[in-house]
Amino acid sequence: MKSTALPPFQSVFDEHAQALLTFLTGAVGSSEAEDCFQETMLSALRAYPRLGDASNLRGWLFTIARRKATDTHRARARRPVPVADPDPGAALDRYPDTDDGLWDQVRGLPVKQRKAVVLRFAGDRSYPEIAAAMSTTQDSARQSVHEGLKKLRRELR
Amino acid sequence: MTVDQAVTTRFLERAEAKGLLDVAVTTMDSPLGTLLLMATPKGLVRIAFESENREDVFDEVARQLSPRILEAPRRLDPVRRELDRYFAGTLRDFEVPIDWSLSGSFARKVLRRTARIPYGSVASYGEVAVGVGSPRGARAVGNALGSNPIPVVVPCHRVVLTGGAIGGYGGGLPRKRWLLALETGVPATSREGAPTG
Repeated sequence: MKSTALPPFQSVFDEHAQALLTFLTGAVGSSEAEDCFQETMLSALRAYPRLGDASNLRGWLFTIARRKATDTHRARARRPVPVADPDPGAALDRYPDTDDGLWDQVRGLPVKQRKAVVLRFAGDRSYPEIAAAMSTTQDSARQSVHEGLKKLRRELR
Repeated sequence: MTVDQAVTTRFLERAEAKGLLDVAVTTMDSPLGTLLLMATPKGLVRIAFESENREDVFDEVARQLSPRILEAPRRLDPVRRELDRYFAGTLRDFEVPIDWSLSGSFARKVLRRTARIPYGSVASYGEVAVGVGSPRGARAVGNALGSNPIPVVVPCHRVVLTGGAIGGYGGGLPRKRWLLALETGVPATSREGAPTG
């Protein structure tokens, strides 16, 4: 007599979908939980006929879900940080609206310093974000901001 | 408890788009009781009456075709529409595509031959045997018809014993009688008390 066939995937879905979705909401947040859930279920469905042992379906599904959650975190880390606008020309009209002449001086800074100062103080970006936006290192971003401020201080004195 | 219907629907759509929905399944009410319907991307592959144990049917399909079986009623909409019209007496010939994968080569020959018996008429097991080139194979024909995976649509109810006795039926003789009465135009009132068990 042959061994019992795998249960229809529908019953796997019915039994575990809610628990997986709850787990993923905790793991990646509600806005990305469904995407992660769909990826998990599709991977499971794809691999299902080759699954030799159906005794721990729940453990198998959660292993896939954890992997998908890790992928989501990695993708999030790689995603470009939304910055004000890395093109300094386009960012010109987004300088803070003040009339003390400060931002006119900023416009006169060399390109790298200008970008860095605008991102740091007009865009309120962190150094890792500025570095990413300018395709440079954090040290170099810090350096550009520092030199830009030094120049401004000199000019405004 | 399961997830929101919209989540399930999106899952089915993506599974279908990725070619992972091997077997779609749904049920429908009929004068012969609830029918379990299954279709692959190729076509209708299985119909089961309530008299068949549902787990056994799933087991058979999971083993012989694929365990990627999902409740996806949409793929079976055309089948349901044709069956509704057939049971209402307004459809004589089914046109939905058939997937013969659950039948071996001899059974397939027998079932294809059976599908050509016109609506409202009958043939004997021996006649079908002759039709498939096995004039001494009436018994084998009976076995093949008894394991017809797609009753009603593949009309094994149109095969009877020589001399007019009704013969056997996988779904039980009351269903066979009901189907033959439907097709020979016996008024609906005489068909009441259709077997649903």
